Amino acid sequence: MPKDHEGIGAGTKRREDVRFLTGAGNYTDDINVHGQAHVHFLRSDVAHGRLKKVDTAAAEGMPGVIRVFTGADFEGVGGLPCGWCVTDRHGQPMQEPAHPVLAQGKVRHVGDPIAAVVAETAEQARDAAEAIEVEIEDLPAVIDMKAALEEGATKVHDDLTSNLCYDWGFVEENREAVDKAIKEAAHVTTLELKNQRLVANPMEPRVAVGDFNRGTGEHTLYTTSQNPHVIRLLMGAFVLGIPEHKLRVVAPDVGGGFGSKIFHYAEEAFCTFAAKAVNRPVKWTSSRSEAFISDAQGRDHVTKIELALDKDNNFTAIRTETYANMGAYLSTFAPSVPTWLHGTLMAGNYKTPNIYVNVKAVFTNTVPVDAYRGAGRPEATYQLERVIDKAARELGVDPIALRRQNFVTEFPYATPVAVEYDTGDYHGTMDVLEKMADLSGFEARRKESEARGKLRGLGLNCYIEACGIAPSQLVGQLGARAGLYESATVRVNATGGIVVMTGSHSHGQGHETTFPQVIADMIGIDADMIEIEHGDTANTPMGMGTYGSRSIAVGGSAMVRAAEKVINKAKKIAAHLMEASEADVELKDGQFSVAGTDKSVAWGDVTLAAYVPHNYPLDEIEPGLEETAFYDPSNFTYPAGAYACEVEVDPETGKVEIKRFAAADDFGNIINPMIVDGQVHGGIGQGIGQALLENCVYDESGQILSASFMDYAMPRADDVPFYDVDHSSQTPCTHNPLGVKGCGEAGAIGSPPAVVNAVIDALHSGGHKVDHIDMPVSPARVWAAMNA
Amino acid sequence: MPQVSMTVNGKPASGDVEGRTLLSSFLRDTLGLTGTHVGCDTSQCGACVVHVDGEAVKACTMFALEAEGAEVATIEGQAAPDGTLNAIQAAFQEHHGLQCGFCTPGMVMSAAALLKDNPKPSEAEIRDYLEGNLCRCTGYHNIVKAIMAASGQDVGAIAAE
Amino acid sequence: MYAFDFERPSTLAEAEKALAGEDAQALGGGQTLIPTLKQRLAMPEKLVSLGAIQEIKGVCKGDDGALCVGGGTTHATVAREAAADYPALAALAAHIGDPAVRNRGTIGGSIANNDPAACYPAAVLASGATVVTNKRKIAADDYFKGMFETALDEGEIITEVRFPVPEKASYQKFEQPASRFALVGVFVAKYADGVRVGVTGASEGGVFRWTEAEAALSADFSTGAVEGMARPADGMMSDLHGSAAYRAHLVGVMTRRAVAAAS
Repeated sequence: MPKDHEGIGAGTKRREDVRFLTGAGNYTDDINVHGQAHVHFLRSDVAHGRLKKVDTAAAEGMPGVIRVFTGADFEGVGGLPCGWCVTDRHGQPMQEPAHPVLAQGKVRHVGDPIAAVVAETAEQARDAAEAIEVEIEDLPAVIDMKAALEEGATKVHDDLTSNLCYDWGFVEENREAVDKAIKEAAHVTTLELKNQRLVANPMEPRVAVGDFNRGTGEHTLYTTSQNPHVIRLLMGAFVLGIPEHKLRVVAPDVGGGFGSKIFHYAEEAFCTFAAKAVNRPVKWTSSRSEAFISDAQGRDHVTKIELALDKDNNFTAIRTETYANMGAYLSTFAPSVPTWLHGTLMAGNYKTPNIYVNVKAVFTNTVPVDAYRGAGRPEATYQLERVIDKAARELGVDPIALRRQNFVTEFPYATPVAVEYDTGDYHGTMDVLEKMADLSGFEARRKESEARGKLRGLGLNCYIEACGIAPSQLVGQLGARAGLYESATVRVNATGGIVVMTGSHSHGQGHETTFPQVIADMIGIDADMIEIEHGDTANTPMGMGTYGSRSIAVGGSAMVRAAEKVINKAKKIAAHLMEASEADVELKDGQFSVAGTDKSVAWGDVTLAAYVPHNYPLDEIEPGLEETAFYDPSNFTYPAGAYACEVEVDPETGKVEIKRFAAADDFGNIINPMIVDGQVHGGIGQGIGQALLENCVYDESGQILSASFMDYAMPRADDVPFYDVDHSSQTPCTHNPLGVKGCGEAGAIGSPPAVVNAVIDALHSGGHKVDHIDMPVSPARVWAAMNA
Repeated sequence: MPQVSMTVNGKPASGDVEGRTLLSSFLRDTLGLTGTHVGCDTSQCGACVVHVDGEAVKACTMFALEAEGAEVATIEGQAAPDGTLNAIQAAFQEHHGLQCGFCTPGMVMSAAALLKDNPKPSEAEIRDYLEGNLCRCTGYHNIVKAIMAASGQDVGAIAAE
Repeated sequence: MYAFDFERPSTLAEAEKALAGEDAQALGGGQTLIPTLKQRLAMPEKLVSLGAIQEIKGVCKGDDGALCVGGGTTHATVAREAAADYPALAALAAHIGDPAVRNRGTIGGSIANNDPAACYPAAVLASGATVVTNKRKIAADDYFKGMFETALDEGEIITEVRFPVPEKASYQKFEQPASRFALVGVFVAKYADGVRVGVTGASEGGVFRWTEAEAALSADFSTGAVEGMARPADGMMSDLHGSAAYRAHLVGVMTRRAVAAAS
């Protein structure tokens, strides 16, 4: 049987830690292929312009230069595809511009790659890139979304009818009922806000190494990806025309992703293409500065939300209008983020009968925007929970009571925005929060802060998210150009050890530890007999990767299904060995036994028989013990939680300090509580970063003003407190075999509104009637609001 | 091309470098010690922190030639020769002080430098000391906790305030 | 980085010689210069590291009672070795950048660069320090010439900074949240013959003395003396981290806090 500390529910220490703690990790930049050359991309330093000349002659003669590529080399090669087509309010498909690997004709954002130099060393490539003569005719930069949609605005893409990607209404049929409910409401609270643009900034910058085997015609791409199979499919099928069996994509240890490493990027396609073209492996390592202008960015919504209430303070309607920035091109999953990952969550934890969401997605001369931790759900939660807080203040009611009064209490619950929550206990979760956050002690703490000249505030937040993306047939109807199942192969070796090959990918989540915990429980063997392989398309079945808190809910379920198949077959073998009926065979603690007898046979004896089939039912089943399963969920999962944040504001400087942070989450069943805690901590850290610090800012000419850590404020250790987290409120998911919901994004979704609500509360306690401050709630902004 | 010689994790190491070769490049590319990571180019993330003559420095913000004759310690030299993790490494594992692992070598090396000077740092001292080490995964909670634990402090009931 | 020749002399004389050539540049701790080189914003033919020159390192007490800090002394060393004689200066040094930066960055490098948001210039100016080079002595009031501009000539090396030790002093920094440089930093130093106030981070003209506050504090060294006193926003820097008005406001706040904390 598994040791006590390693089955489901145990806080097993992570096995992957040892290599990371000793410098033995294998990240993509640690991979050097014999004979490799290096590429440097010459990127546009203007936001919008027409390419008049790209002369590479001088660069080609520079020391070490192997070849210089421009957009012309990619004519006839596919562009980077978009994986999701959104249909607009009028039933028309979104406008979908071409996205060339290297710019053709125009540059559309600072950082848009114009040319690429392949040279013996990275510095030589950069030296030569400076020698490329580029002439660009400047065009007006389209930066502000609303201005971009005005009649006569400069177009980012000449061949589109406007800068509008789509105008999406959801649910369009609700529109009139919502308008009516708002007109008839006893009270309507309106809030206009921005969910600012963020840069994901995983600590490992992106890297790509392309390799081509002339002998076999096989391509290999090593890349910093959350989903190597998706890259293989998108790049192979849509960009370079390489069949999957000739293309291997490896994502080894990956140093964080947070969404930004989901997408297929130009540099991956370039390195793969160039490796064949120059017959040398080609490596690109992004600098952090380059990451700020080439990694897909996150959020960037401008929203107006209206919340209607009846005379008893029941929510009767929600209407929102959002402008969502797509940037200059459509990144892989960009169109889905403000729509299906945002509009569907607008009900939150509340039984509001009428909801209508309008989203206008806009092209601008900025870096493309796509999913970042939470992806759409933080934007939905933020506007909803901010407007509820404002409503409570306007109505003079307790913000918790107002939320509780409107909670969904009966499950399953079909929202007016097309999703069905399977399970939850929002009152129970709030009960946990009220206790752990010691809300009853808040007033005393506020007085103590005031005695020190500080303003103290308490902010609450509830969130719901849709995780475990998701049923393939449903997402297909919604415009996804991919299925969203997950896969696993469970390979049992002759001596009983197991290798699980999963299509999920770990870039910090700890799959190598948690996945074995599940199998150890199912079979009753030590977890250290089980290894997890992931991240290499050559040895894992087609998988969709890790994002949207889907690994354990979808990938874990696939693994369970495969393991069940293995166990069923093993029982047949055991029945044969014990000369018993298969129906009577039980598996417990690694022993097969026959009910009501003392017959038993060990796991290892059965696995050996599978591969040494001397005494084996060969007429009934094949030798071997290896099974693959593909799991396609029947619904999303719906983690939910209640968060509380206490801040102190320095009234002289406007500086906000987080004093307490409590998070009560319902993730359903938990495989490894230590890892779940860590995921929540990390999400909260990023959420506090968004609330107080982070801001990706463009000036009107399209230059990024926050293009390095010198100006983009990353949360540091002294910006955050210890967090109190609790996941004892557990309503297991009803439709996946583990009853799990996923926990990766919760903290990032639940924390920004809690922080901002707390700051607004603190300011009111000091007599400052401030309704709203946009994130980041920086000292300068707080001071300006207090002195407006 | 100039040559540089130094001692790295107790062993002599030398190689040809350019003037512009950074210590981080020398460690990674010449010596193959890829545990020292490079996460930014403005000297802020701290993934590259190593010790030079006993002091924590950012290996990406120091030329290899400036380490001529120096004693350099990297993450690869922290565990015992038999692989046993040192107290800081063990505490990071015990308290889940790492997720993706990319910032981890710098965190461990910074923590080692801190505990050398301040064997029982307070939470605030730890957070202050880590000003130059960014982590995007952990929200710092378990890093701070691990460092407190590595210094022998009770971390059973840590909470805010 | 562009390629360059690299020299690491062990004496000042050798360094002077090495720096005599065309486009040679001195390298202190490199904590600003190396990131600048990475961005290819500088293109020296030759870098001359001052890191091996022992004669310009260390902290000592001069015959006149001044605290003498060698130009090649790291921030970490100042934080340690100036703590007894000039605690406000030591505290300033202890909060520049981060620990790893403090182990490399030097006082000479900092004030030769004269970043408008760097901490040391505020202390040098508020202390009425003397910048000693291989060629001459420069009074602080004559040394800072605006953002990234100083009185130094090409190839001139800062060998020492002499700080008259005040009766009381404090440096209060309000950090820019990303870089952690000073959004506004104010160094207040009280001497027998008056008070000097050095302000960094705030002005488009780089570090400056707030003479109105100096006059008020020289008459009455108390927070009350500068209560309500504010700099005009004209000439203050304005960027995504703070408007000119906000910086001007913070100059007043940080000055009062420095007075309150002075010891």
